[in-house]
Amino acid sequence: MNLVLRLAWRNLWRQPRRTWLTTGAMVFSNILLVFMISLQFGMYGVMIDNTLQTFTGHLQVQAPGYKDDQKMRQVVEDIRPLAATIRAELNNDRVAARGTAFALASSDDRSYGIAIIGVEPEFEPLVSTVPGLVRDGRYLGAYAAEEIVIGAALARNLRIGVGDELTLLGSARDGSFAAAIVIVVGIFDSGVNDFDRSFAEIPLGLFEDTFFMQGAGHQVVVNTTDIDQVAASKTQVEQLLPHDQALVVHDWDALQPGLKQAIKADMSSAFFMYGILVILVAFSVLNTQLMSVLERTHEFGIAMALGLTPWRLGRLVLLETAIMGALGLVLGALLGALVTSWFTVNGFSVPGMEEMAAKFNLPGRVFPRVSMLTLIVGPAIVYLFTMLAAVYPAQRMHRLQPVEALRSL
Amino acid sequence: MNLQLAILFRLAWRNLWRNHRRTAIMLGAIVIGTWAMIFMTALTRGMVTDVLEDGINALPGHVQVHHPEFRDDPSVANLLPITDSELTTRFSAAGLAGWAARVRVPAIVTSEYDSRGVTLLGIDAEHERGLTFVDYEEVDGRFLESVDDTGIVIGRKLARTLNTEVGKRVVLMSQDPDNDIADRGFRVVGVFSASVSAFEDQFIFAGKKTVQDMLRIGDQVSELFVVGDDYRNVEDAFEKTVSLVDGNVIVQRWYDLDAYLGSMLKVMDGFMFIWIVVIFLALSFGLVNTLVMAVFERVREIGLMLALGMRPSNILGQIIVESLMLLAIGLGVGTFLAWAAIQPIKDGIDLSIVGDGLDMWGMSSVLVPQLTLNDVVLANVTVLVLGFFASLSPAWRASRYEPIEAITKV
Repeated sequence: MNLVLRLAWRNLWRQPRRTWLTTGAMVFSNILLVFMISLQFGMYGVMIDNTLQTFTGHLQVQAPGYKDDQKMRQVVEDIRPLAATIRAELNNDRVAARGTAFALASSDDRSYGIAIIGVEPEFEPLVSTVPGLVRDGRYLGAYAAEEIVIGAALARNLRIGVGDELTLLGSARDGSFAAAIVIVVGIFDSGVNDFDRSFAEIPLGLFEDTFFMQGAGHQVVVNTTDIDQVAASKTQVEQLLPHDQALVVHDWDALQPGLKQAIKADMSSAFFMYGILVILVAFSVLNTQLMSVLERTHEFGIAMALGLTPWRLGRLVLLETAIMGALGLVLGALLGALVTSWFTVNGFSVPGMEEMAAKFNLPGRVFPRVSMLTLIVGPAIVYLFTMLAAVYPAQRMHRLQPVEALRSL
Repeated sequence: MNLQLAILFRLAWRNLWRNHRRTAIMLGAIVIGTWAMIFMTALTRGMVTDVLEDGINALPGHVQVHHPEFRDDPSVANLLPITDSELTTRFSAAGLAGWAARVRVPAIVTSEYDSRGVTLLGIDAEHERGLTFVDYEEVDGRFLESVDDTGIVIGRKLARTLNTEVGKRVVLMSQDPDNDIADRGFRVVGVFSASVSAFEDQFIFAGKKTVQDMLRIGDQVSELFVVGDDYRNVEDAFEKTVSLVDGNVIVQRWYDLDAYLGSMLKVMDGFMFIWIVVIFLALSFGLVNTLVMAVFERVREIGLMLALGMRPSNILGQIIVESLMLLAIGLGVGTFLAWAAIQPIKDGIDLSIVGDGLDMWGMSSVLVPQLTLNDVVLANVTVLVLGFFASLSPAWRASRYEPIEAITKV
């Protein structure tokens, strides 16, 4: 071990309690940071997945303006061939065409206004979790069959079950009267009543006939294999669009602008808190190092009288801090990883969170996501601020006058 | 005893300033910590209040009365068994801060361009002025004028989707209790905006009498809501409401009606307490460190005091008082700074950059911080109490010194 290093190491343990308390502050903050950041990333991941996979998908091809207004007339013409082309060119089956309309759904007893989604029964299960939620009966089969799949809450309210008839009344693409009689073949249950009550799905062929769509639909949903490939796929899809009609491709961020912003809003408040935590640790370090320097004035005086430069003494103080910081970093990251790993298996939940989570279509437990990044970011910033805090005590060396320093006790 | 206490305080105060650098740094940390605690708490409190008030205004009311089936099946078939006029007789004299009965049914609205599913509210506009989320003065066109007003008021977003505007006609379609289609044409007389954009899509207001006629339900209504004096304490309004209704109805408080809103207050209170404790813990390492150092430097002096007959309990008290004084000064300055930091943003911070995201959480894009005495006291008391416990160990250690050993210690 080199001499300066050994000196720094020994100096640290002259006051073991103080060193441990200061390191303790770092370890505490690091554990907290690792856990919180992993938890946040876990939550964001689930938020994005749940929101997008329920319905939205990663990309959608739409008519310009449809995203904001969702008017019946803002259509994608010849939507099935377009979906087929995208499917073939991207070599990805997770592409599905949809149409959306609003209608009054009436059973013998009740009527409710709902959104009617026309879907491709073959491909819809690959882009949406709704088909997987079918609890009674089955999902849609044939492309033009007169079938419908409705939510559990709606079925309860309409007082119908699998096999019963439902009348749909609405207006068609051209504003004319649209009506259809369909048989309920399946009931899906997401557990969120408002969601289940808000829409029903019918085959796209029937949808086109009923609402006089003439081969048009409203959106082609594309799910990429990985959320990171969205940008690349978007460019690819854009090149596949027909030239004879104006269409746009929206990525999930444009489709659900709230999602990224909700994450951003949450992140900024979290960063404020982390910032405060780091600053408090820095103060702790500043205090400790300043005290340790002031205590040793006499000793530093001797060292300087013997010919050591203030610069070298300053480096010694910085080195002590660096060792202490490294200790805090390693212990903090390790313990943080340990604590967080336990929660990645068992999940994390606070009382009341389930009700809140349900509102955003989230599970009541969050599983933190540990990665190299979440392990290192927090502790690294704490380390950086630790070193910054040591600058003032270290540069005090330059103000030291050997003779005066020798006199002080 | 009083004299002793006075000496204790004076000693602690003077000791605090013997190493002014250390004390200043520690104070700095406490001030920043306190500032962050209270500032953050005020922002969070403001946010929660905003969400709660918006949510409660949308419900609306603090207490609601429905047919027992209505919540799960909000249909025209599940009306209140008590007629509107009977409700009026009973509730007018009850001395409640506010109440109103309304018809609430799902409906389809159709313009010549498009149709949408909505919630149709048949209301007595004058009667519920100021009780719901709609500001009548801010409406484009006009708001409803009477219970038999033949116009409707729709949200801004819905107006755009339907391609309609003030003066144009739309058709509303719903069902009557016999499940026959009930429909009627209306003229749009007003367009409202709401801080939560989903409301602009969802609600359509029409005259109560007009809707009752359209749905062929005579003098019946779907729900009654009551506004009490304070949403934090609705028991009084709840009791009164329960005593005024009878028969096949269910009376619920706002936190039963909306589990999300109900859990919000709890979750946020929990979060704020955790935040305060976390900050304190981060501070406590420095605090204990400072005390340990202060005791360590004064070993000989403490030994001398013990030798001269000062009781160990007085040494203990002296260190604890020193620590609490340090905390109290830091807390005072920090609280003041937090208050000062809130002054320039008292009227709200514009967060519209992330407006859509806040919309998702049910928040409007202007955040008005709310500094409540309760939260300030909670933060200060928590820190003082925890600070007391954190100082126990170094103080205890100091009071247990052997006088002889301590005096001879170099």
